[in-house]
Amino acid sequence: MSTHDHDHDDADAAFALRTEALEALMTERGLVPPGAIEAIVRHYEQDVGPMNGARVVARAWADPAYRTRLLADATQAIAEFGFAGPQGEHMVAVENGPRVHNVVVCTLCSCYPWPVLGLPPSWYKDPAYRSRIVREPRRVLAEMGLTIAEDVEVRVWDSSAEIRYLVLPERPGGTDGWDETRLATLVTRDAMIGVARAATPAGEDRD
Amino acid sequence: MTETRLDETGPAAPPRQNGELVFAAPWESRLFGLTMALLQAGAFEWEEFRTQLIAAIGEWERQPDHGAWRYYERWQVALERLLAAKDLCQPSELSRRTEALAARPAGHDHR
Repeated sequence: MSTHDHDHDDADAAFALRTEALEALMTERGLVPPGAIEAIVRHYEQDVGPMNGARVVARAWADPAYRTRLLADATQAIAEFGFAGPQGEHMVAVENGPRVHNVVVCTLCSCYPWPVLGLPPSWYKDPAYRSRIVREPRRVLAEMGLTIAEDVEVRVWDSSAEIRYLVLPERPGGTDGWDETRLATLVTRDAMIGVARAATPAGEDRD
Repeated sequence: MTETRLDETGPAAPPRQNGELVFAAPWESRLFGLTMALLQAGAFEWEEFRTQLIAAIGEWERQPDHGAWRYYERWQVALERLLAAKDLCQPSELSRRTEALAARPAGHDHR
C-alpha cells in the first residue's frame, strides 16, 4: 500500500470520528430522533433511484400528451407519479433530438434531481467533471464513451437551487409497440444526465 | 415472446444504482442521513446548507496544495460550519467529543 493510500485512510478515519461525534451530540440534544438516520439512508439507498426517472422518460416516449406536459412543466408532470421531495422542486426536462444533445452539471456543488434520479454518482460531484463539461463538453462526453456528431449542438445545463434538469433521451429504434415498463428498462441514469444514450434493445424479438 | 424478466446487470437492467454504490464509506451515509434528519427536524433550510457546501467546495478548489478530492469531507465541513452558525454545535465541543471517541481502546464495540 502506498503512502498516499495510507494518508487517505487516516483522513477517512478522522472524518468518520468527527461524524460519529456530531451524530452523538445532535442525538443527545434531541435534534435527531432515534432511528431517523437509518431510515433516511435506507430510503435513499433502496427506494429513491433512477428507476423513478426511467418511468418518467418511458411514459414520455409512449404517451405524446405526457411528453408535452413534461416539457411544459416537468415538476407537475413528475408529480403525477408521486415523485417529490428535497431537490425535486423546479424541475425542467430538456429533450434530445437529431440536432441537439443535452447534458447536465452542477458547477458550484452537486445539485441533482434526487426524487427522479436518486443521489448523484461520484463522478457528477467531481471537480474535473464540474469544470470540464462546461469548457469542453464534446471531449468529456467522448471520454465517457459518448461521441456526439459535429453537426449536433451540445447544450450544457448548469443545475442550481432554482432549477434542476432531467434529460429526455431519444427513444431507441426497434422499440415500436413496447409498453412503458419495457421501455423503462432502456433508460439509464447516465442517459438522463446526458452522458450516455438510452440503451438499445438487446436483440430480443429479432429471431 | 417469452416472459419478460428484468436483467440484474447489463444495459437492460433497471437503473437502480447503475452498479455504483452511492456512498464510499459507512460514515458518508451516516453524515448524509444526519444532515437530512436535521433538515427534517427544521434545524436549517436546505438552501442554507447548500450555500455552506458551495463555499466549502470552492475553498478546496482554490487551495493550491489541496489533498485528494473527497466530496463528503467538504460536506462535513459545511455541516459543521452551519451548525456552529446556528449555535447548535460549537467547534470546540465537537473537537472535544471527537477526541474522546478517538481515545477509546482499540477494538471497542461501536454499539
